[in-house]
Amino acid sequence: MAIIERPAAVPATVGADAPVVVHNSDALGVLRRPVSSRGWRSWLFTVDHKKLGIMYGVTAMFFFLVGGLEALLIRTQLIRPDNTVLSAQTYNEMFTMHATTMVFLFVMPMAAAWANYFVPLQIGARDVAFPRINAFGFWCFLFGGIFLNTSWFLGGAADGGWFMYQPNANALFSPTTGVDFWAIGLQITGIASLTGAINLIVTILNMRAPGMGLFKMPIFTWMVLVVQFLLLFAIPVITVALFLLSFQRSFGAQFFNVEAGADPLLWQHLFWIFGHPEVYILILPSFGIVSEVLPVFSRKPLFGYKFVAFSGAAIGFVGWGVWAHHMFASGLGPVSVSVFAVATMMIAVPTGVKIINWTLTMWGGKLWFTTAMKFAIGLVVLFTIGGLSGVTHAIAPSDTQQTDTYYIVAHFHYVLFGGAIFGIFAGLYYWWPKMFGKLLNEKLGSWNFWLMAIGMNMTFGPMHILGLQGQPRRMVVWPEDFTGQGFFNLGFWNTFASIGSYILGIGVLLFLANVIYTHTSKKVGPAPFDPWDARSLEWMTSNPPKEHNFDSIPTVHALDEFFHRKYEEVEDENGRHVVTKVRSGEEVLAELEANPDTHIHMPSPSYWPILLSLGLPIIGYGLIYNRWIAVVGALVVVVSVFGWALEPSVADDDDLEPPAEAGGHTKELSTLG
Amino acid sequence: MSASTEHAATLEADQDIPDNVEPEHHSDGYYIKVALILAVLTAVETSTYWIDFGPLFLPTLFIMMFLKFFMVVMIFMHLRDEKPIYRFLFYTGLALALVVYLGALATFHFFE
Amino acid sequence: MADTAVHSEAGHEPDSHGHHEHGHAHASGLSNNKLAMWMFLGSECLLFGGLIAVYMLYRGRHAGSPGPDQLWDVPLTSISSFVLLMSSLTMVLAVSAAKQGDDRRTINWLVTTALLGATFVGAQVYEFTHFYREGVGFTTSLFSSSFYTLTGFHGVHVTVGVLMLLALSGIMRRSRVTGDKAETVELVGLYWHFVDIVWIVIFTLVYLIPA
Repeated sequence: MAIIERPAAVPATVGADAPVVVHNSDALGVLRRPVSSRGWRSWLFTVDHKKLGIMYGVTAMFFFLVGGLEALLIRTQLIRPDNTVLSAQTYNEMFTMHATTMVFLFVMPMAAAWANYFVPLQIGARDVAFPRINAFGFWCFLFGGIFLNTSWFLGGAADGGWFMYQPNANALFSPTTGVDFWAIGLQITGIASLTGAINLIVTILNMRAPGMGLFKMPIFTWMVLVVQFLLLFAIPVITVALFLLSFQRSFGAQFFNVEAGADPLLWQHLFWIFGHPEVYILILPSFGIVSEVLPVFSRKPLFGYKFVAFSGAAIGFVGWGVWAHHMFASGLGPVSVSVFAVATMMIAVPTGVKIINWTLTMWGGKLWFTTAMKFAIGLVVLFTIGGLSGVTHAIAPSDTQQTDTYYIVAHFHYVLFGGAIFGIFAGLYYWWPKMFGKLLNEKLGSWNFWLMAIGMNMTFGPMHILGLQGQPRRMVVWPEDFTGQGFFNLGFWNTFASIGSYILGIGVLLFLANVIYTHTSKKVGPAPFDPWDARSLEWMTSNPPKEHNFDSIPTVHALDEFFHRKYEEVEDENGRHVVTKVRSGEEVLAELEANPDTHIHMPSPSYWPILLSLGLPIIGYGLIYNRWIAVVGALVVVVSVFGWALEPSVADDDDLEPPAEAGGHTKELSTLG
Repeated sequence: MSASTEHAATLEADQDIPDNVEPEHHSDGYYIKVALILAVLTAVETSTYWIDFGPLFLPTLFIMMFLKFFMVVMIFMHLRDEKPIYRFLFYTGLALALVVYLGALATFHFFE
Repeated sequence: MADTAVHSEAGHEPDSHGHHEHGHAHASGLSNNKLAMWMFLGSECLLFGGLIAVYMLYRGRHAGSPGPDQLWDVPLTSISSFVLLMSSLTMVLAVSAAKQGDDRRTINWLVTTALLGATFVGAQVYEFTHFYREGVGFTTSLFSSSFYTLTGFHGVHVTVGVLMLLALSGIMRRSRVTGDKAETVELVGLYWHFVDIVWIVIFTLVYLIPA
């Protein structure tokens, strides 16, 4: 067993120049670091990437249900003509919050959950580069999300659409505090994204296991790396936009006053310069998950790994040059429109590359249709459909007809639900046994998948028709006389879509039922360490991984390192070389455990991340209601910053270096390529 | 309680010099000279307020601005002496900012 | 990213205040903290770039109220710009002293830098008060909102920098810096220089180019 050493007092300095080591025992009482490893305190003050990953995931799934409920209310309002379930005002709030919740409080944090839990494991590290900042990011997300949603109870939620166009989002047309909650709430969650991005990039660049060059890194980690760069550079842009919005609304600044000479397009540019990279931020993690799942369940390596990696980077890069395709009908003028149309057509290419690679991964493989595999294949099919409608939007004249109709709604729900969310669900079923020690039930999983697939297509498929036949977005009611002739008229499709949404909702609930069943039924035993005979390092651990992840940090020799430790090319009786399993996952794991590292130091928990982030919503409430509350919040922030800076760093509290192996072997170093 | 990583020492042989053991490249006098150059550049820039540079006005200003900017980045921030990854990180942000914001301004016909 | 040597061990200064053991070799040669700071500065380019772009778009829109050409006192602003520029010099000298392990000189240069920065902020406050008296407040026009937002964000960054410099001096004086002292000073220095280069751009675009 590896020896994990807990902090204790040790004489510190060696000479006047040595850095000072401050220990728990000699810190002021208030600055001592917490040490619980059990109970609620171990979650509240944790800096462990796995616990944080779970917290991100649970919170994100909760917001998924919130956003889903908002969607079902919208569809219920639209199930029949001239319905009165939601007033026009509430309807505006509902579609605004549905989108905001799904984008910022579900998909993005869910990707953060996967990245936080699995990137360190996939690269053979013991945690991320900055564990306290990691924790801080999570609490910012949680408090920001709660803050944003309290607007429902405090006079009304934001009602300007998730893209919050000006001047509509100004005080004149959005007089409640909803938009202010929206702007400030997103600033707070934005801090989580930005700090998380810095953390993960440093972790991926600096903390890979010996021998793991960038092109031996699992493809999911590659996609995460690209996404973090996108976040790093896109979040500041929306930060600017949100500040301008808040200053306009709260302090009377002139940015969007058309009478004073403002250009309403300023907001649109700032929002979409963020917004377009944002959609790649939403989809690339799911692309990464699917790129892991398909090879495992096709019993074949990913086809064209480098192409998949490079195309992800290409999408990230070219994605910065297409934002104004969200503004084709805004009066940009023919030159601008043409430039952006061409750029948009180009971006379909790297995505197409991925679809081809995924298809060729499956081709000739021995396919194993687990639920995870079904969701992954679902993504490939549904994202292709969504991508095709996307290509039609790239053609600006055609988009002029499509824009602001349900055709657009169809497009982005196919890519976001069929793409991002199906990828997330593939990850849930794939990685569940590793995180929680039990395999989710496959039969329930199948029902989960099929209901979601059918429900999703029933809901969003008809929207292509509705849109092209002229139904605009964001209409609170549809009148009977606009629905056209015949039985299969627009009214029929609206009703059909609403029923589809209920089926989709039931499908989602089946996932929860599966979770409950799996963890309460006596018939479900513990899962094996490597239930899928998988390929990457996160499977080379116990279920769930130990706190320090690996008893000894593996040295990596190849892409799909874990696979290569189990399978080797062996000469069979006919003299042919055949790839055969020579070791089981358990045996590989046992080898690692036989030579454990000694002196592993894990980062210590801390009070300050949660305290610091608590100051932020307090400032937020203060900005909306009373400046003195903001002052209190600011004080909490300042005190927490100093507390964080001054708290004891336990001697070598990071374990992030794999310490000496028992045998004293030198570790290989990797170089790129 | 130290994580003894004697191994790490054996890996050092052919590796790049680690960040925290940079040789001291420049003396204080060198930095003072650079600061003097920056002061002169600032003086030239400011002089455009009083002296009419004619058609050279904007080019002069932009050149002075770029020179000052990159001198501080390369020399004071040591980016010239650092490993390329740091340059990549900073210049990517800078380049993206230039591309998207100049692009947006262009759609506003700002440069016409 | 061509020559990033990767390894499992070092370069992982955990948190910026994680303990850095004396004699602990770093195989990769990359400092976690320095990577983080450069990344952060790269992202700040997008922040200030946006504010500058907004200003450039709106600087001519001040119907009925004074505009840039009526307001600026270029000589005064040149002096305060020069002060900020010189604070970059004193910052570099602080970093140099820190690398030589001379705490006393480091603290002196840090405090000097802070004073120069505070002078800059003081001059800006004076300047803005003057503009306000001329009838140009935050909400007066598109030009004024954009101007105050841009320079205000910059000023807040300078102020935060001054506070960091003073806090670091204080912590150093009590010998309570955990981790690599020289690196901490260097990182604060990077932030400070960045704030300076943003001003180099602002000074030229905002003050020296007539609207």
